[in-house]
Amino acid sequence: MNAVVPLSTLLDARQVWRGRAHEVSVGDQPTGWCALDAVLPAGGWPEASLSEILLPVGGVGELRLVLPTLARLTQGQRNVVIVSPPYAPCVAGWRQQGVDMRRVEFVDAGEKDVLWATEQCLGSGSCAAVLAWPHHADDRALRRLQVAAVTGQALAFVFRDRSHLSNASPAALRLELEAPPRPQIWVRKCRGGAVPAQAIPLPRSVH
Amino acid sequence: MLWACIKLPHLAMDGILRRRPTEGPLVLIDGPINARTIVSANETARAAGLHVGQRLSAAQALLSQFEAIPYDRESVERWLHFLAAVAYRYSSEVSLLPHAIVLEVSKSMGLFGPWPRLESMLRADFTDLGFRHRMAAAPTAHAAHVLTTVSDGQAVLSVDNLRNALQRVPIAKSRLPASAIAALPSMGIRTLGQVLALPRDGLRRRFGAELLASLDRLTGDLPSGLELYRPPDTFDLRIELLHEVENQSALIFPVRRMVDDLAAYLAGRDGGVQRFLLRLEHREGRFTDVPVGLLASERDGALLFEFARGRLEHVTLPEPVLALRLIARDLPAFVPAGRDLFDERPANTLPIEQVRERLRARLGDGAVYRLGSTQDPRPERAQREATHDEVPIEPHPRPTWLLPRPIPLRGGNPIILAGPERLETGWWDGGEVCRDYYVIETSLGQEAWAFCAPDEQAGWMIHGWFA
Repeated sequence: MNAVVPLSTLLDARQVWRGRAHEVSVGDQPTGWCALDAVLPAGGWPEASLSEILLPVGGVGELRLVLPTLARLTQGQRNVVIVSPPYAPCVAGWRQQGVDMRRVEFVDAGEKDVLWATEQCLGSGSCAAVLAWPHHADDRALRRLQVAAVTGQALAFVFRDRSHLSNASPAALRLELEAPPRPQIWVRKCRGGAVPAQAIPLPRSVH
Repeated sequence: MLWACIKLPHLAMDGILRRRPTEGPLVLIDGPINARTIVSANETARAAGLHVGQRLSAAQALLSQFEAIPYDRESVERWLHFLAAVAYRYSSEVSLLPHAIVLEVSKSMGLFGPWPRLESMLRADFTDLGFRHRMAAAPTAHAAHVLTTVSDGQAVLSVDNLRNALQRVPIAKSRLPASAIAALPSMGIRTLGQVLALPRDGLRRRFGAELLASLDRLTGDLPSGLELYRPPDTFDLRIELLHEVENQSALIFPVRRMVDDLAAYLAGRDGGVQRFLLRLEHREGRFTDVPVGLLASERDGALLFEFARGRLEHVTLPEPVLALRLIARDLPAFVPAGRDLFDERPANTLPIEQVRERLRARLGDGAVYRLGSTQDPRPERAQREATHDEVPIEPHPRPTWLLPRPIPLRGGNPIILAGPERLETGWWDGGEVCRDYYVIETSLGQEAWAFCAPDEQAGWMIHGWFA
């Protein structure tokens, strides 16, 4: 170990391989929120992947986050499936956000069937996005959803409690919503890019 | 004219084997109770020395262990009708002969291609359904039938060749009247060619007009005189299980067979099915009905089976099942879904309608729905399943989550962000509502849609969240 070799010569000689993540192609699934799009590596939702949204409690802005996407997809004549939402959706409110309700399917599934129904819809290839509120989803279940999303080229959104943050997840994107009085979005994991250090404010709905 | 004949020499045996594939020796027996004889034997039984025409007692002496099932004429008749319905897919002129189906195919070849291709399609259909068969084509129905008894796969496409093809058919297999078959060989006449060469006058004097008529039908000088088969308008299939079944999973295999038969029948009449009934029959005439309803008519066997299976899995069997029956009365036309030529979706895409069916099959009929707005301003009635009214978008703020039942607001006084919007309606139908709706921010910072009594701004009830 007497000859000190500078690292750059090794690299230039291609004797050392540098592990580098695959280039993330810029997708065309904008979230509808410019500030969020700007920090996400794909410029929006990761395409054909699972996105996990972690909530402290229901009703803190999770729909505000995804409704612009649903509006864009349904207006483009694509189908969207909502699997066992925690509350009844208010049709008038969704329509105000631009969602075409004729393209939205609601599925009431029991606790055991939520993941099954979500996987079926994702894998079918005829749904552009599937939103699900599973109660018991472990690492394996989420991985199956991720695989189904790739098979069916669909956006998968899973809404879970914030307590799952400490567990590893196969999701391509993990967002955490912070409750009011300071509603903001933390990006906790994003495949193909560095996690931004700052939270992104989630603007209120305009009345 | 070109007639195809499909001879089904093992109809009774195949009908039983497709229901219960077995490796062991199996024979069908018939006859008076003291003189039972074997009328059909499977391969294993034949290898053991059992043969058709043998007495049951002789068979029992030869082989200690074999299954003997009584020959069921009714079920043979049923299978023959079922297969005629399958063949009906290829021709509108289908007739039944004993253990054989004949169909007129000269017009069908325009659609399905020349005879060799049509023959292979027919053979594939019958093989898939599990029926062994022999096939022949000839310009007359009776000639085609005679050719199948002699060989398999013979095709005589023109009338000129017909006499040639019939020349060498032995009298015993010629399907002429029984008296002629018995008498002709003793006169030294052994083939059809020899009969056809005899002077007609002499034949009429010896055997009567009947023989000449059958010869003329064979050569096409007389019309075939067969009655055309008409497919039934309902599908009703019943199979008896071998033993009492207490577990649903043991029903899956027979149900699959039945649904496949239904699909074959539907393909034959170019129709679909929207609703069918699986009847599980118990002892003493009791039964459990499992209805299977679809949103649109379907006819794909695999899909129908999946939906039937989904419904069946939810049924708890109150007592053992002895027999299964599949009844389909609602058979609307089948309209295949249109697909874009330049479809951008992934290749193995399942249409959304089939996804909905699959979910309904497992989760229940009401589990998949779409919501639409109604004209009613009351939040409880402003939305309904499956409405397609053209309702303008509500100008006043509406939440995105709606609570099934309003809940009282806890905590400190809320901040009013928008409102009031007064809803006062419904006095005529007993659902009277008089409320002031506001958009408020709760003390925890959540945005809610809440109401209170008119002009009070107290006693807040939360009715929805602006999530």
